[in-house]
Amino acid sequence: MIIFGERINGMFTDIGEALRNKDPKPLQYWAVKQQEGGAHYLDVNSGPAIPSEERVEAYEWMVNVIQEVSELPLVLDSTNYNAIEAGLKVCKRPAIINSCPAEQVKIERVFPMAIQYNAGIIGLTMDKKGIPKDAENRVAFAMELVAAADEYGVPMEDLYIDPLILPVNVAQEHAPEVLESLRQVKMLANPAPRTVLGLSNVSQKSPDRNLINRTYLAMAIACGLDAAIMDANDDDLVDVAATAQILLNRSVYADSYLKVFRAR
Amino acid sequence: MSVALVKEKYSSKVGEVVLGATAEQGGTRTHTITVGGDSALPFLHFEGETKNRPVIAMEVTDVVPSWNDLIKNQIGDVINNPAAWAKKCVDEFGADLIYLKLDGANPEGENRSPEDCARIVKEVLAAVGVPLIVEGCDNAEKNNEIMAVIAEASTGENLLIGIAEQDNYKSIAAAAMVHKHTLIARSPLDINICKQLNILIHEMGLPLNKIVIDPTVAGLGFGIEYVYSIMERARLGALANDKMLSMPIICTVGYEANRCKEAYATVEEFPGWGDLEDRGVLWEAVTASGVLQVGASILVMRNPAAVALVKKNIADLMGK
Repeated sequence: MIIFGERINGMFTDIGEALRNKDPKPLQYWAVKQQEGGAHYLDVNSGPAIPSEERVEAYEWMVNVIQEVSELPLVLDSTNYNAIEAGLKVCKRPAIINSCPAEQVKIERVFPMAIQYNAGIIGLTMDKKGIPKDAENRVAFAMELVAAADEYGVPMEDLYIDPLILPVNVAQEHAPEVLESLRQVKMLANPAPRTVLGLSNVSQKSPDRNLINRTYLAMAIACGLDAAIMDANDDDLVDVAATAQILLNRSVYADSYLKVFRAR
Repeated sequence: MSVALVKEKYSSKVGEVVLGATAEQGGTRTHTITVGGDSALPFLHFEGETKNRPVIAMEVTDVVPSWNDLIKNQIGDVINNPAAWAKKCVDEFGADLIYLKLDGANPEGENRSPEDCARIVKEVLAAVGVPLIVEGCDNAEKNNEIMAVIAEASTGENLLIGIAEQDNYKSIAAAAMVHKHTLIARSPLDINICKQLNILIHEMGLPLNKIVIDPTVAGLGFGIEYVYSIMERARLGALANDKMLSMPIICTVGYEANRCKEAYATVEEFPGWGDLEDRGVLWEAVTASGVLQVGASILVMRNPAAVALVKKNIADLMGK
């Protein structure tokens, strides 16, 4: 189970402010703290805090200040591909591009860039018309992304299919469809592409966020989830990921398995 | 018609461990031995490298052992003298390393003092240039006493010392850490305890490349299949990047094989079993080649005739 720490995102007040003031400290604080929590990658997203014409410069700055304190590889999260490319240029370790929908124009922009910078890609199972309601159409988009990876020579282990979970309090019917999508995506190719979810989305604006996140994470891992963009500092959530690995017999049990899961 | 080989691809490899230390490294060995480092299942050269040849450590004891005469006769007079015995193993029988078992420390036997044990270790070190493995007797409390003294007296030699077990690992792990030796971590044919013990020792501060796994083995006919599956699980774990199972494996083949009745009962007792001389050799050699197939890096052996056979087997498997 690969954990992408979600916290360096301009949507959070402290990060938004730090981006506007060019203050590296909050970014660096969360880089270290998420690594301690168990993150394997750090997601980096300026959010709306930075006007779009300044994002290229902002991503380069973010990558540089984070790399001053952390060895973790990064997930560059933006809809602005020039900003992502600016970040990729200064990444010291192979990064992941977050994200690319199943739209030809964007595929043509993102996949060659992934090859050029030896980066992974998070592929979203949607197009211009939005997110499908059912598993069948999600998987159809996943197939387009798998075909694109094949065409451009992106290895399946570098393609992360995100079947897009929506908040359960407003779009409850999506939750089981996403689980079914995960199962089917793992059968699209051999080797299979990897899978990822923006986990916290499932619990947006619900009072029992942590419980919903934990429960859904366990269910999703059982269906084939390989990675999640999530709260790496919710210890119970990280424990769920570690325990699911054990219960699926993916890692040999030892009494200290929780500790080892976090060790580097 | 051409056939495409289906190849398995692994994300990691078995860790490498160096045994012994030369003068430059603070010891007195003429050379060091590196074990582990494989990037595929054993000897599948087309899938990955079997980086270091498996090695044979020959067993020497500080008191005359109660082994059967077919083995003792090959060793000869030197069986009374650990240093001379060790030298014969290296010079005549081609041992890669010496495994010195200090049975004489046992309080129920000769009850040798820690200092006496350390002296014997020093004598063996002086007699041979190969790296040394040192284990105590079958009394855990006494072993903690003697290994602390031996570790200190041989500081810098990078001995492979044993044994650490789940309920008795702290004292010997500390001795290995302070005096720069490598440690054998033994688990009772249990993959979960094997991993947990490695975690516990590593938490004390001993680096992973200073640990060798002893999974406990069994002789041919006495559960070797179970041994095989435990070792296979550890190896697959190592290749899948489970760092806590990635250490090279040592197997006490000679001890286990020669406990089997088939390795010592005479043909008079069991006429259908055939001549003991061949049977004893084969029992140990086949036990050894069984564990070689699943990733043993260090074979601890007794019978010189079996050692000769297994050396040939290793050379064949390595393709050299």
